[in-house]
Amino acid sequence: MTTVSWSGEQGTSRGPGPFLSVRDLSVEFSTEDGVVHAVDGLSFDVEKGTTLGIVGESGSGKSVTNLAILGLHDPAHTKIAGEIWLEDQELLSAGRGTMERLRGDRVAMIFQDPLTSLSPFHTIGRQIGEVYRKHKGASKKEARERAVEMLDRVGIPQPKTRVDHYPHEFSGGMRQRAMIAMALVCDPDLLIADEPTTALDVTVQAQILDLLKDLQQQFGTAIILITHDLGVVANTADNVLVMYAGRAAERGTVREVLREPRHPYTWGLLSSMPRLNAAVDEPLHPVRGTPPSLLTPPPGCPFHPRCDYPQLAGPELCFHQRPDISPESGHGDACYLTLQQKKDIRTAQIEEPA
Amino acid sequence: MTGFLVRRILGALVILLIISAVTFYLFYAIPRDPARAFCGKICRPETLTLIRHNLGMDEPLFVQYWHWLVGIFAGRDFVQFGACPAPCLGYSFATQEPVFGAIVDRFPVTLSLTIGASAVILSFGILTGMLAAWKVGQPLDKIASASSVVGASLQIYFVGPLLAFYLVDTAGLLPRPSYVAFTEDPLGWFTHLLLPWVVLSIIFTANYTRMTRSQMVEQLAEDYVRTARAKGMSSRSVFFRFAWRGAMIPIITIFGVDLATLLGGAIITEQTFSLHGIGELAVRAVQNTDLPMLLGVTIVGAAAIVVLNIVVDVLYAVIDPRVRIG
Repeated sequence: MTTVSWSGEQGTSRGPGPFLSVRDLSVEFSTEDGVVHAVDGLSFDVEKGTTLGIVGESGSGKSVTNLAILGLHDPAHTKIAGEIWLEDQELLSAGRGTMERLRGDRVAMIFQDPLTSLSPFHTIGRQIGEVYRKHKGASKKEARERAVEMLDRVGIPQPKTRVDHYPHEFSGGMRQRAMIAMALVCDPDLLIADEPTTALDVTVQAQILDLLKDLQQQFGTAIILITHDLGVVANTADNVLVMYAGRAAERGTVREVLREPRHPYTWGLLSSMPRLNAAVDEPLHPVRGTPPSLLTPPPGCPFHPRCDYPQLAGPELCFHQRPDISPESGHGDACYLTLQQKKDIRTAQIEEPA
Repeated sequence: MTGFLVRRILGALVILLIISAVTFYLFYAIPRDPARAFCGKICRPETLTLIRHNLGMDEPLFVQYWHWLVGIFAGRDFVQFGACPAPCLGYSFATQEPVFGAIVDRFPVTLSLTIGASAVILSFGILTGMLAAWKVGQPLDKIASASSVVGASLQIYFVGPLLAFYLVDTAGLLPRPSYVAFTEDPLGWFTHLLLPWVVLSIIFTANYTRMTRSQMVEQLAEDYVRTARAKGMSSRSVFFRFAWRGAMIPIITIFGVDLATLLGGAIITEQTFSLHGIGELAVRAVQNTDLPMLLGVTIVGAAAIVVLNIVVDVLYAVIDPRVRIG
């Protein structure tokens, strides 16, 4: 759906259809309080060599979606439906062994907190090397050499010494670099980065994002970048998917979504972001209200309790009927307002900010 | 690591010094005069003074304590008993036997009991806990958890005689518990002590089952375990190589604390099965107001706990690299 400016990476072969295609994915957790609809009918595509930024509030289903791609949910408490295609392989129906071979090899993941996400009991070199040994059948020595090479590639100084260090001997930024080295050790086709810079300070953030960009240009990796930082998306992503309450609210290229946002929720996200060129005393405008409970999602459009314009779409429409994302491809959003109505509201907003 | 060990050993010596001093002074706070007990029913003041002198009790307390300390390292001479070579812990007021010798005779019994029970506790407790965590929520987990609650509620003096009655007297599966020196007959050592080990370990094992289970479940939800799975590590390797390491750290910590309780349990077990160990010695020393024996037993028991705790700390550092520096 998110058709993508295919960046013409040389030497990559792909079957018909997009590289990664998530179709009508829904993820439900059974908890003591009831069933949580964490993701509900989500579809998106990612092409090789491109970056898809997934944005949304906490609990909007960003991480859940990506854990589903890797098959990391506990099957005892989770019900997953839909399809996830990686080229010509469907992942949700794949067996445990298939998924174990796939994880870390073709699909790798970088987690948010590099301190807790690395094992405190094993050296960095071993943690990187064991992925290589598992998937490439390398010897201990080869794996260690590869680990040194990877540490060097992600810009860790003195990789030959550092390879024998433990995570607690690394700084936060270095740990995230090591994490990236670990994710990239088998040259994955798809890299899922779950808020990779949230735990890092701003200068290190930029370095890590640059690093990801460089590696993508070198190896043509497809990247899914989960973040709640629109600034990060603007700098690194090709396409954006805005998620709200486990559903897609808006999707399109970065330019489309950030320049001409169509969904009222995207407007809210954008206006809640501080801008450097704004006056110092200009207040931020957070999206009012709180994210809906996923135990009992509101009927109709899940965003309507927080939306300022439900009456514009027609009597009661937003309260009872759930909008689907439209059009089918390109820049689309899940909202009943007409394009003209949205344009008018946006123009008014920009002329007279709240 | 060497620096760490040296620091720990020096610390241990200070602890032992404090324990011995406190025990020494506490003993004299008891309103009972050992010299009078020594003297018998018809006691003339001259005899009492003589006894006091012979026992070295006519000197100020700190001098007595100093003599006791020096005796450990250099030996000392007693008016009453003659020379006592180092390490000298004095002579028992009650039985007149050398304290050090008495402890050395009985120490293997208590040590065997404690070490054997520790092995049962750790192997069996951790094993069942891991099994329960592996099959969390399934029947096996529920059986393990339920039986551990029952186990934790049992008492040594209840289970001991009961098991002895069924296993030894009725079924004849095990010999009546007694101490057979390991160096003479390892198999006999094992079979004769098996029942006391099991009895002593029952309450503890149940705790370790529960602790291991909850720790494993907790560790399996940790971020680094998720990372390991995201790397494609097999469930078995995630379980045993990653989560296990994390789960063992609190278990070892608790075990270090439990060692003292275990030694106390060993005393009850000794009484239950009439094993002649340190515990029996300690109980008798208290009953007889036998200072040298009491001091000796206290200091040896404390030393054992302190040494085992150093071993635990070393284990800790082996498992968790974050402990190694600093």
